[in-house]
Amino acid sequence: MPFEMPQFALAAPEIWLGVMLCVVLIADLFDRGGESLLAFYLTQATLVGAMALAIHTHWGGDAVITFNGMYISDSLAAVLKVAIAGLTIITLGYGRDYLRDRDLLKGEIYLLVLTATLGMFVMASASSLLVLYMGLELLSLSLYAMVAFDRDSRIGAEAAMKYFILGALSSGMLLYGMSMIYGAAGSLLINDIAAAALAGDNLLLAFGMTFALVGIAFKFGAAPFHMWVPDVYQGAPTAVTAFLGTAPKVAALALFLRLMADGLGDLHAQWQIMGIILAAGSLVVGNLFALVQTSFKRMLAYSTVSHIGFLFLGLVAGSDEGYAAALFYAISYGIMAAGAFGMIMLLSRRGFEADMIDDLSGLNDRHGGYALVMLLLMFSMTGIPGTVGFYAKWLVLSALVEAGLIWLAVLAVVFAVIGAFYYLRVLKAVYFDRVDSPQPVEATSGQQVLMWANGGAVLLLGLFPDTLIATCRAVFGLG
Amino acid sequence: MLSLLVWLPVLGGIGVLVAGRDDAARARWFALGVAALVFALAVGLWVAFEAGVAGMQFIERADWISAFGIQYYLGVDGISMPLVVLTAFATLLVVVAAWEVVQYKPAQYLAAFLIMEGIMIGVFSALDAILFYVFFEAMLIPMFLIIGIWGGPNRIYATLKFFLYTFLGSVMMLIALIYLRTEAGSFAIQDFYGLQLPLATQMVLFLAFLAAFAVKVPMFPVHTWLPDAHVEAPTGGSVILAAITLKIGGYGFLRFSLPIAPEASMALDWLLIGLSLIAVVYIGLVAMVQADLKKLIAYSSIAHMGFVTLGFFLIFRILAGSGSRDGALLALEGGMVQMISHGFVSAAMFLCVGVLYDRMHTRRIADYGGVASKMPVFAGFFVLFAMANAGLPGTSGFVGEFMIVLASFQAGFWYAAIAALTLILGAAYSLWMIKRVVYGEVDNEHVDTLTDVTPRERLLLGTLAVAIIAVGVYPAPLVEVMEPSLDALFRIVVPTF
Repeated sequence: MPFEMPQFALAAPEIWLGVMLCVVLIADLFDRGGESLLAFYLTQATLVGAMALAIHTHWGGDAVITFNGMYISDSLAAVLKVAIAGLTIITLGYGRDYLRDRDLLKGEIYLLVLTATLGMFVMASASSLLVLYMGLELLSLSLYAMVAFDRDSRIGAEAAMKYFILGALSSGMLLYGMSMIYGAAGSLLINDIAAAALAGDNLLLAFGMTFALVGIAFKFGAAPFHMWVPDVYQGAPTAVTAFLGTAPKVAALALFLRLMADGLGDLHAQWQIMGIILAAGSLVVGNLFALVQTSFKRMLAYSTVSHIGFLFLGLVAGSDEGYAAALFYAISYGIMAAGAFGMIMLLSRRGFEADMIDDLSGLNDRHGGYALVMLLLMFSMTGIPGTVGFYAKWLVLSALVEAGLIWLAVLAVVFAVIGAFYYLRVLKAVYFDRVDSPQPVEATSGQQVLMWANGGAVLLLGLFPDTLIATCRAVFGLG
Repeated sequence: MLSLLVWLPVLGGIGVLVAGRDDAARARWFALGVAALVFALAVGLWVAFEAGVAGMQFIERADWISAFGIQYYLGVDGISMPLVVLTAFATLLVVVAAWEVVQYKPAQYLAAFLIMEGIMIGVFSALDAILFYVFFEAMLIPMFLIIGIWGGPNRIYATLKFFLYTFLGSVMMLIALIYLRTEAGSFAIQDFYGLQLPLATQMVLFLAFLAAFAVKVPMFPVHTWLPDAHVEAPTGGSVILAAITLKIGGYGFLRFSLPIAPEASMALDWLLIGLSLIAVVYIGLVAMVQADLKKLIAYSSIAHMGFVTLGFFLIFRILAGSGSRDGALLALEGGMVQMISHGFVSAAMFLCVGVLYDRMHTRRIADYGGVASKMPVFAGFFVLFAMANAGLPGTSGFVGEFMIVLASFQAGFWYAAIAALTLILGAAYSLWMIKRVVYGEVDNEHVDTLTDVTPRERLLLGTLAVAIIAVGVYPAPLVEVMEPSLDALFRIVVPTF
């Protein structure tokens, strides 16, 4: 194989993140302030820079593959990376005060966030099984450490252990599947795999695909591979849960799109039925289990499972419309989930976690503005028009109807109605329950600004979704 | 102009939230200003509306979600124009009715109603299916809060039931709309007309729309949310629910079900007629035995709305029975007039109950008796409204019912006979309720302390009384506005006649 000089410039976002990671590591050593303020601002600046670089290098034009076919630069990578970095910025912004109040604010958390983000970036641009796996492991290992970040918390340690073991298992599944795909295609490059999939019926490839799909479902948290989700969401510090529940979902979508859509898209008929089972199972399990939760974090965990089910419905449509819908869903879900976890952090104080639904009681009496944001977030998750969540669901339903899967669309909306109940239960606590002596909400100005921006984004995207929809569709070459 | 009617109340609602956060009086005056301005604009629209034209007027069209060809597409015709004015009118009433009554977070209360007003006008004027759906669903948000925050003791149950019922109905419609786009190539509602879909497809579409609109109307087996919601809702909530949101169901039948699935409408008209007749007779009987004033009016609303759907779906039978196009058109017009009239009458009835409830804090009929001797002016109004509810000639309630009964004779004697029962039943439960509440001896010391209506209440009830009698005596302007549009609709539904 002739040696070809890789086009390093195309990997500028990853290179930038890698370099800045070292800078943050060193800079934090010299920061004696104790609040890692320098590391915080450097990290945020790094992420903003990464977004700019991602747009600059990847957006527009044709897909370019470099690094001997292992790295792809296309508009999809740009959108995925911007979403990942943007969601990370939001969750970090919410989490700072929360972590400080719990004496968890150390420079290392920012390092871990940056390595995780680097891993996600690599996944978004991966064009080879090995690169994909490398990115995934970089992400996963950082997340395991972050979940266990509160080392004195028993529930946190337990969550981290569960996450690690199940995560390792799923990584093993994925790797096993990849090895079979490699055996069938004779190459690790996604393009070669796509050619092999096109060539015709291949049992080995189908086997490999099955294992790979199981691994992906694990990372998504789709039922029946969702067991880790509630415990990890509940056990991890909320700042970590917020991060865990947003950007990595976009990265998991990247994993699916790169491997199953780009690579094994021609086996669509075979993975579609598995995808339908995963999607329907997630809708059923997520929505029904969320109904009975009293912990807000746990409820959000199950609601995540149900949202993943909806997102999977877009994927199983198997069309570009469906992929675009899933991309839109992942991004808008990230915005909503970041807001919901941000609200928990905003309402929490030192020594008090506002992570039960009852803790939200009387929020309208305490602060009408936050109650309004909460209203928007919950109705957005329900999928009521006027909020971004409606368009996410609508795009998926559109893709399903166009793919002729009307019965799945009916199933999806029925479970959306069931799901409405537990979101309304949260609003019942916020608006209808009255507390005797409402205490004013104390929040730092940074959190306040973010919360307003977050609620505003849900509403604005709900009224003017055109740009985001067009962007998500343009990525897949749709007008 | 229509955009102004939609967005002015929404922005005004936000303005009330901001301006009236700490100052209830400022919130009230601000809300009153907005509501009055919107009503003035709506009346201006009515005046500018060309009555003889069938098509859409005041059209506004702009791209909204270009990837799917979804447009911000507004316009009104003779079917929606009266409903827009009715919405603005009812909201103005609600703002005035809430004046001293609502003490808990008045700014949020008024803001919710103003936002609701904008959304409802949006429902009536949206000509793009997705835009319609957005307004249709978004309406749930303020109503959910209105019932849940300011409602009675069992408000949480009622509001959840209301929300989930209507949500389940409307999501089915969403899938139908998405499917229709794949057939029509656009989301403009008028492009859905005349698609010539096969009957089986039409049936499914019809049932999907039925799920959405039957819940809203509400029709017989899915009506159970309404009594709960009405009983628990604050007075303003009941007024808006009865006067406007129920009409959205009827409006949906005219805008979607009949023209998009005409053959299915014809094939399934037995179902709709049957359910409507059950609503008229059975629900009328149920209304009679209610011990709670609001429940009684809620059930009477269902019965009256049953009359509306009866009028809409009787047209096929009338054509089959007598072949008279005018007769069928009369049924449609009767349904529309009945909707407007019911908007006035039910609003008036709920406001009357609100007046009593504010003084006595009970809705049980048994707790009253002899109110007339303490509140003579109020009693006069209440009796008038009850008469209108029973369909007394000279009131608006008579016009619509008479038109439908008259038309139904051409469909067959028994349709008319059963439908005419409503006049008897309506009179029975309305008058019996009046007898127990207003007349008789004062045998309750609480009733003894009642004071008559304040000038504000007098203004409210007086306005409604004028409206009811005006429509009852001279309905021609109303009918003239809606006739060309209904005629055009008729041509789409039954092209052969």
